[in-house]
Amino acid sequence: MLQTTPLDSRPPVLRMAGINKTFGRDVVALDGMTLSVNHGDFISLLGPSGCGKSTALRLISGLISPTAGRIEWAGGQSQDDLGIVFQEPTLMPWATVVENVYLPFRLRRQPYGSVKDEILEVLRLVGLEQFQNAYPRELSGGMKMRVSIARAMATHPRLILMDEPFAALDEITRHKLNNDLLELKAKIGCTVIFVTHSVWESVFLSDRIIVMAARPGRVIEELHVDAPYPRGEEFRTSAEYAGYCRATSDALHRAMGDR
Amino acid sequence: MSLADNSPVTAPVDVEERQRARRRRLEQIARYTLPVLVMVLAIWLWDRIVVWNEIPHYILPGPGRVWASLTGDWSILYEAALLTAKTTILALILAVIGGAGLAILFDQSKLVEMSLYPYAVILQVTPVVAIAPLIFIYVENKTVGMLLCAWIVAFFPVLSSTTLGLKSVDHNLRDLYKIYGATRWQQLWMLQLPSALPYFLGGLKIAGGLSLIGAVVAELVAGTGGVGAGLAARIQEAGYRLNIARMFAALSMIAAMGVFIFAALSVLSYALLHKWHESAIKREN
Repeated sequence: MLQTTPLDSRPPVLRMAGINKTFGRDVVALDGMTLSVNHGDFISLLGPSGCGKSTALRLISGLISPTAGRIEWAGGQSQDDLGIVFQEPTLMPWATVVENVYLPFRLRRQPYGSVKDEILEVLRLVGLEQFQNAYPRELSGGMKMRVSIARAMATHPRLILMDEPFAALDEITRHKLNNDLLELKAKIGCTVIFVTHSVWESVFLSDRIIVMAARPGRVIEELHVDAPYPRGEEFRTSAEYAGYCRATSDALHRAMGDR
Repeated sequence: MSLADNSPVTAPVDVEERQRARRRRLEQIARYTLPVLVMVLAIWLWDRIVVWNEIPHYILPGPGRVWASLTGDWSILYEAALLTAKTTILALILAVIGGAGLAILFDQSKLVEMSLYPYAVILQVTPVVAIAPLIFIYVENKTVGMLLCAWIVAFFPVLSSTTLGLKSVDHNLRDLYKIYGATRWQQLWMLQLPSALPYFLGGLKIAGGLSLIGAVVAELVAGTGGVGAGLAARIQEAGYRLNIARMFAALSMIAAMGVFIFAALSVLSYALLHKWHESAIKREN
């Protein structure tokens, strides 16, 4: 298909090879994971609880180190490589929206004046510019998540990690944020690894779905969703979408069945 | 005539809502009038008991005599109050510096915490009244001795609540800071201290009351031998002279001081937290 050709021409961002993570003596959280991430990818890690998808994110983010295997960043790693969105909005309650988005810049000692325009731009993109001086408690769950996404994207990192960011939201908000996330990705041009346990979400968002199994956590299958972006409501209701969902669902069943 | 006819446009339309609004208004008024009423009643009763039973003033003076003592001895009492207030406030400031400082030190070094924390607890659980006489044997300067007494009682709530607060940082936020390459100092200053603030302020409110208690205990133990005597020392001295009215007058000033400290710290706490912390947010219903 047409969509697969640019995959090869896009510059690589990150390569994980033969990653193993064992906690304690014998709790194998992740076994032999290999993954190449190219610029512009939207990759979903999909699997049941305990399949090591969150462990994979923590390994990539450098919060924990692999027991075996290597994680290589193309061109070496620097502090500006990553943005992250957790399942909870994870905002500082004592800081306003704009101060929360400013945080990654502030930690790098960039004065507010020099990045103000970027911050306001990303807040405009997530539709929260008129809430820039609000405190998190004044926002709804969906709005807080938007702030969290804005914070991750504001610094234009090479890779954004999302750990089930919409799992705690209601279905309507979730749909809306899925649509908005793809729009944002198109505008900003970021690379995303997205952890989820929703088949529908992973098919709608990603161009690659990594299906994982538990005990020990491992990769079972990689599926390509070759539907072109932008994707909107037409895609969500199309036969093509339903087909991809069925294929992904089948893969997930295989992942859960053959342990 | 319908209900809506005689009610202004802004009034709630619903009967239940109107009842709720009225109840709220009544509660507002009662919150301030009831305590005053109780106090007036108690003073009146006190006065009657003294008059009816012809109790001599060296056993129980009436409120009038206490008031006379309060105004008549004002210069003595005022000076004493200043001294007690000075000890209390200085002790509170030192408790904040020592308590919060130790908490930060404990947070930065697990080894220091493990070595010292048990002794902080021991210092706290040993009654200050029992330690105070020893302190005044070894500490020549009376002011320093009193400060030390008050500090011993007041620093622990600040220490323990701030320690808890510094540890209560959201785990994901901690990870976020780590991922963004925050230094230890940035993490302390921008993440842990704001997270600990509500806990610290809770400890501070307790420490405010305790530093007054510490100052009073210190004065009682230090005795009245010195030139400058605080309110508690005045109470003791007036007791020796059977000047019960002055004892009551000085006691009421100590109570007023305690109320003032609590109110001031509550205002401070509200000012710092009302914008963002759940504890300071008013809820409907």
